Amino acid sequence: MSFINYSSREINCKIVYYGPGLCGKTTNLQYIYRRTNPEQKGKLISLATETERTLFFDFLPLALGDIKGFKIRFHLYTVPGQVFYAASRKLILKGVDGVIFVADSQIERMESNMESLDDLNINLAEQGYELDKLPFAVQYNKRDLPNVAPVADMDKLLNYRKVIWFEAVAVTGKGVFETLKAVAKQVLFELKKHY
Amino acid sequence: MVGSDLVMYEEEFHRIDAELKKLHQQANSKVVFLVDKNGQLIASAGDTHDIDTTSLASLTAGNIAATGGIARLLGEKEFTILFHEGEKDNIHISLIGQRIILVVIFDSRSSLGLVRLRVKKASETLAAIFEEITEKVDKEKGEGKLEEALFAEISDEDIDNLFR
Repeated sequence: MSFINYSSREINCKIVYYGPGLCGKTTNLQYIYRRTNPEQKGKLISLATETERTLFFDFLPLALGDIKGFKIRFHLYTVPGQVFYAASRKLILKGVDGVIFVADSQIERMESNMESLDDLNINLAEQGYELDKLPFAVQYNKRDLPNVAPVADMDKLLNYRKVIWFEAVAVTGKGVFETLKAVAKQVLFELKKHY
Repeated sequence: MVGSDLVMYEEEFHRIDAELKKLHQQANSKVVFLVDKNGQLIASAGDTHDIDTTSLASLTAGNIAATGGIARLLGEKEFTILFHEGEKDNIHISLIGQRIILVVIFDSRSSLGLVRLRVKKASETLAAIFEEITEKVDKEKGEGKLEEALFAEISDEDIDNLFR
């Protein structure tokens, strides 16, 4: 649910990073934060536990530039990935314009990936959204680890919608901006279509 | 897409701005904010220089969302007022018409009673303005005017250029 402000000439949109615990959602945001010019970004807010696990959400406001005199801003959120934070995870999806699903490429995390994707579908449906209709991209993260599943297999399991996907190593930044741009672009096209 | 996007026009923005300024003054508060339930800052009044307004907006919305979650667990529809008391500053958060969040930050120069009273009055006016905005958006969408106003001007190329 974007916010179009004719008075301050701004368009604000919300993108949510979703995925199982420890898949690298917060790492994505941290990398974006580090690599963006100060004038383009706000503070990175992390509501995390003492052990740096996301408790409620991370939040990063990002200004992408101007289109026809309108400032285009994206608010990036991550959900807490751990299973028992289900109630909070649901809340973050409110008013979402686009979703990035971050999957952990390690073979032993495949089940968690699938569970999280199901969870995403259910939680979106509860808010009245359909994943099939939202701007969406999949990121296969942690490609640098030794025990990863082949991308083709992951794509079969996690990407039934056949949306655009990226291989990533979020700690080094590989694939991070590519994924964000892909969804941000879809969000703007969707907005254009909508009006 | 679910619900409608929030659209803010120049005219309504000025009315909202004036109402917030009035509330800021009458409640003897430090700062007054208006935030969308999704965490977007809509308007503010008072001295906002030292405050990271974007973060404040998103955290307030998170706060309201979490409280709303608790309310539903308890079988309540919503808790419409939240109050946080600090050593120096206090924050009064209230929901207007299920969609907009009004935040008032005040210190010892004001009181909770005064803030509550003024917020109640301002809420009615603000709710009416947002009602009008919704009607206006629906009307303009129906007539295809919104499209003319902005998105027809934005080409696919403009969007592509943003990501070069």
